[in-house]
Amino acid sequence: MSAVLDNDVKNSILNEETKKVLTAPLINNNPITLQVLGICSALAVTSQMSTSLIMALALTSVTACSSAAISAIRNHIPGSIRIIVQMIIIASLVIVVDQILKAFAYDVSKKLSVFVGLIITNCIVMGRAEAYAMKNPPLASFMDGIGNGLGYSLILVIVAFFRETLGSGKLLGFEVFQLVKDGGWYEPNGLMLLPPSAFFIIGLIIWVFRQIKPNQREKADFKIMPIAHGEGGHH
Amino acid sequence: MQAYISLFVKAVFIENLALSFFLGMCTFLAVSKKIATAMGLGIAVLVVQTITVPANNLVYHALLKEDALSWLGISGVDLSFLALLSCIGMIAALVQILEMILDKFFPALYSALGIFLPLITVNCAILGGSLFMIERDYNFAESVTYGVGSGLGWALAITVIAGVREKLKYSDIPDGLQGLGITFITAGLMSLGFMAFSGIQL
Repeated sequence: MSAVLDNDVKNSILNEETKKVLTAPLINNNPITLQVLGICSALAVTSQMSTSLIMALALTSVTACSSAAISAIRNHIPGSIRIIVQMIIIASLVIVVDQILKAFAYDVSKKLSVFVGLIITNCIVMGRAEAYAMKNPPLASFMDGIGNGLGYSLILVIVAFFRETLGSGKLLGFEVFQLVKDGGWYEPNGLMLLPPSAFFIIGLIIWVFRQIKPNQREKADFKIMPIAHGEGGHH
Repeated sequence: MQAYISLFVKAVFIENLALSFFLGMCTFLAVSKKIATAMGLGIAVLVVQTITVPANNLVYHALLKEDALSWLGISGVDLSFLALLSCIGMIAALVQILEMILDKFFPALYSALGIFLPLITVNCAILGGSLFMIERDYNFAESVTYGVGSGLGWALAITVIAGVREKLKYSDIPDGLQGLGITFITAGLMSLGFMAFSGIQL
């Protein structure tokens, strides 16, 4: 029995489907840049690398565990109250994460303030529960949760990298650029520490992603008419 | 009175939920293509926020806070870790009740808000408002002010960005930036504009 189970687990961890589920959300189907999910916290916690890493870890574990739990009882949830059931599973997991953070990383949990609690309404968690976990077995759902969590983490880390290095010349608290006030050469860009910079950086990340993957581009509502050759602006 | 006015102004402009805390961003970006629908969603958020923040405040102070159960003769109990669960449950229940009341007594308003009401349960701006209320330890009167103010601020922000996006669709944008990308940049510029309010001393 255990050999069969082991084999089963090994197969499902190594097979193509799992690989696809894990890697697709990184760039091809990124939850933030393509599915437009879970943006709220992506923007708010990224002014420092340490808070972003903790947030990414918290969200990934909540998504994976909630997907697995919801998928395990998916055949017993009545359709009409499924949102409430999902919500309660997610909220309980978030409470666990919140308590763990308060116990072991109190400073970070103070900095993250309400955003740990807001994982409950983070659309990635609900979205994956609704779109994947309700239709797939627990292990695959777990992997899907991890994959989407990683896609979210990727964006968070990129944004935090730019915001912290350019904004305060440090990365994870270590000095990267020596600041002018410490006798160095780098004048910190204060804008990077303010909320709007996160919007700009994510906008630019989306631009880069869509430049690489043209099939992710959105169509314009109106096409600009090309000016006919030779007429050059005369009408 | 002065304190409440300044709390209100702070909630609407200086600490705008959408533009300085990025709450409710998913719907903020997804439902802001037309001014009319954006305004409908904004009003729905305003109404729900006005009801849920004070309601959560009552529950928190009467049941969950440390030693809050002393009126039952139980002391030394701290249930504040349940705040997350109780807040989201309260919001889901209130949205459901609001939907039924509107359906029964104000069918016109119900059909106007229709699809947006259920969406609001999972809007982070609503849960965020309640969590900020708990974190900052507002009393009941402050929580009413904060609920109205933060809801109004969110409604204002989504209406304004919808206005900008309606004009933006006629402009010539690089292919990769079309749609979501340019919306992010626009929201960033608006957020920068709202930062100007942060210089106001109240």
